[in-house]
Amino acid sequence: MIEAYDLHFVYPNGVEALKGVSLKIRNGEFVAIMGQNGAGKTTLVKHFNGLLKPTQGKVLIDGVDTREVSVAKLARKVGFVFQNPDHQLFCETVEEEISFALKNFGFKENVIKRRVTWALNLLGLTRYRKTSPFMLSGGERKRVALASVLAWNPKILILDEPTIGQDYAQKEKLRQFILQMKAQKKTGIIVTHDVEFVAECNPRVVLMSNGKIVADGEARKILTSPEILEKASIIPPEVSRIFLELSNIGFPTNVIDIYEAGEIILDFWEGKRREHV
Amino acid sequence: MSMFEGLKFRKISSPIHSLDPRVKFFYVIAMFAAAVMYMEIIPLIALFLIQIPLIIAAKVTRQWIKSMRGATYLAAIIFFTNLLFSYFYPTGESFSYIVEHATAMTLRFVVLVESFSVFFLTTSPDHLGLALENSHVPYEFCFAFTTAVRFVPVLAEEAQTIMDAQKARGLELEKGNFLKRVKNYIPILIPLIVNAIRRSLELAEAMESRAWGATKNRTNLYELKLHRGDYVLTALTVLLIVLAVYVRLYIPIPAVSEILG
Repeated sequence: MIEAYDLHFVYPNGVEALKGVSLKIRNGEFVAIMGQNGAGKTTLVKHFNGLLKPTQGKVLIDGVDTREVSVAKLARKVGFVFQNPDHQLFCETVEEEISFALKNFGFKENVIKRRVTWALNLLGLTRYRKTSPFMLSGGERKRVALASVLAWNPKILILDEPTIGQDYAQKEKLRQFILQMKAQKKTGIIVTHDVEFVAECNPRVVLMSNGKIVADGEARKILTSPEILEKASIIPPEVSRIFLELSNIGFPTNVIDIYEAGEIILDFWEGKRREHV
Repeated sequence: MSMFEGLKFRKISSPIHSLDPRVKFFYVIAMFAAAVMYMEIIPLIALFLIQIPLIIAAKVTRQWIKSMRGATYLAAIIFFTNLLFSYFYPTGESFSYIVEHATAMTLRFVVLVESFSVFFLTTSPDHLGLALENSHVPYEFCFAFTTAVRFVPVLAEEAQTIMDAQKARGLELEKGNFLKRVKNYIPILIPLIVNAIRRSLELAEAMESRAWGATKNRTNLYELKLHRGDYVLTALTVLLIVLAVYVRLYIPIPAVSEILG
């Protein structure tokens, strides 16, 4: 469980990035943290694995204050995949890249081998096992970075902008993976601008603006309230924009799921046809 | 890191910021020369103090204090090395004199850092490039220079992010013996260098797509011109050098220990 109490953070250059954030994320929850650039999203999640320590207030991970343990120790529990894979890839082969963290955490040789194979397979990277990560495309490098964190199977996984540069098939895989995590009672946190992806996953949404949380709740509720979203410079997903436009002819306004939307439209059409007959 | 923080230019307006970079550079060289001329404490203290009004006028006191604080480590090393050398190679001087000599050497370094700090805190990289260009340095070199200066903060920030990313993968920089610690930095250096190279190639492409080097005779939006303030600083700097040389040659400088004793 992640608990943040009245979290404030001021960067050394004087920028106050967090102005009193309180948040509780239970085990097995899937949370999307959204908001405009500079809202403090990344600053907030960097507190969850101890990379940043609060200027004021505190963060507890399973009851342990992040100020009292090292990042390396917290990282075992809290996996963090950075936005830009180029900030972490350095090995000669993809295989070594993935085993780097496992070696740091002191896993045994045979366990490392098994985990690496598992992670490669999960992200469709098996044929790149012996390839240099620098030779891969942007999207593939991003997957290597993800694999290198997933490999140690952290209890909490934080993904900073995971969908950038990924095609639809990869996004769908990522979504499936997150759902799988949820089933295993693991916590997933994504920091993202990708409204459509969030709409498809239907997680809990934490909306941030200017260093504060401005809304917290179901995606279904938050992503369909234009007034709330406007504060964070986000527009609703396309499906709900259509439904918001059509609300005056009796369509519900809280739809973010495409399949649900399709059914509502079919029902509506069916009803109209029956009226005519 | 904090020492570099103390050398980072911030765009604010002050009489010192608007001075011509060439004049300011002349001032730095003059300070350098004057500081190297003396091994006695009193004139070095004077050199230290006369720069403070400039810092206050430039409104960079806070950053300047940061750069001074950053310099304390090096200053301490200089102080103790000097002490140690006098200890191992005794010249028959009294201990108070040795301490004074070490302090003077340290102060000399502090004066140098102080004048460089004033220069870099108040001179924008663009102005610096312009000054180089006006001094007939080929434009390619000026450009390379300004670009390098401009990318230092970007690189520093990137190094921080890389460090964070690797720490999040369980890397412990402070762990192990000396050799292991050096090795710990490989996961940070490789991405940093690879990204720097990648970025420079991208920069080259971006420049070429914006017709870099299309015309032989470039013109500048801003021209460097000497104003009254520049002449005043030049005059003051010349005066400083003349005074420094005169004092060096004709006036004996007592040591503090002599005055006190």
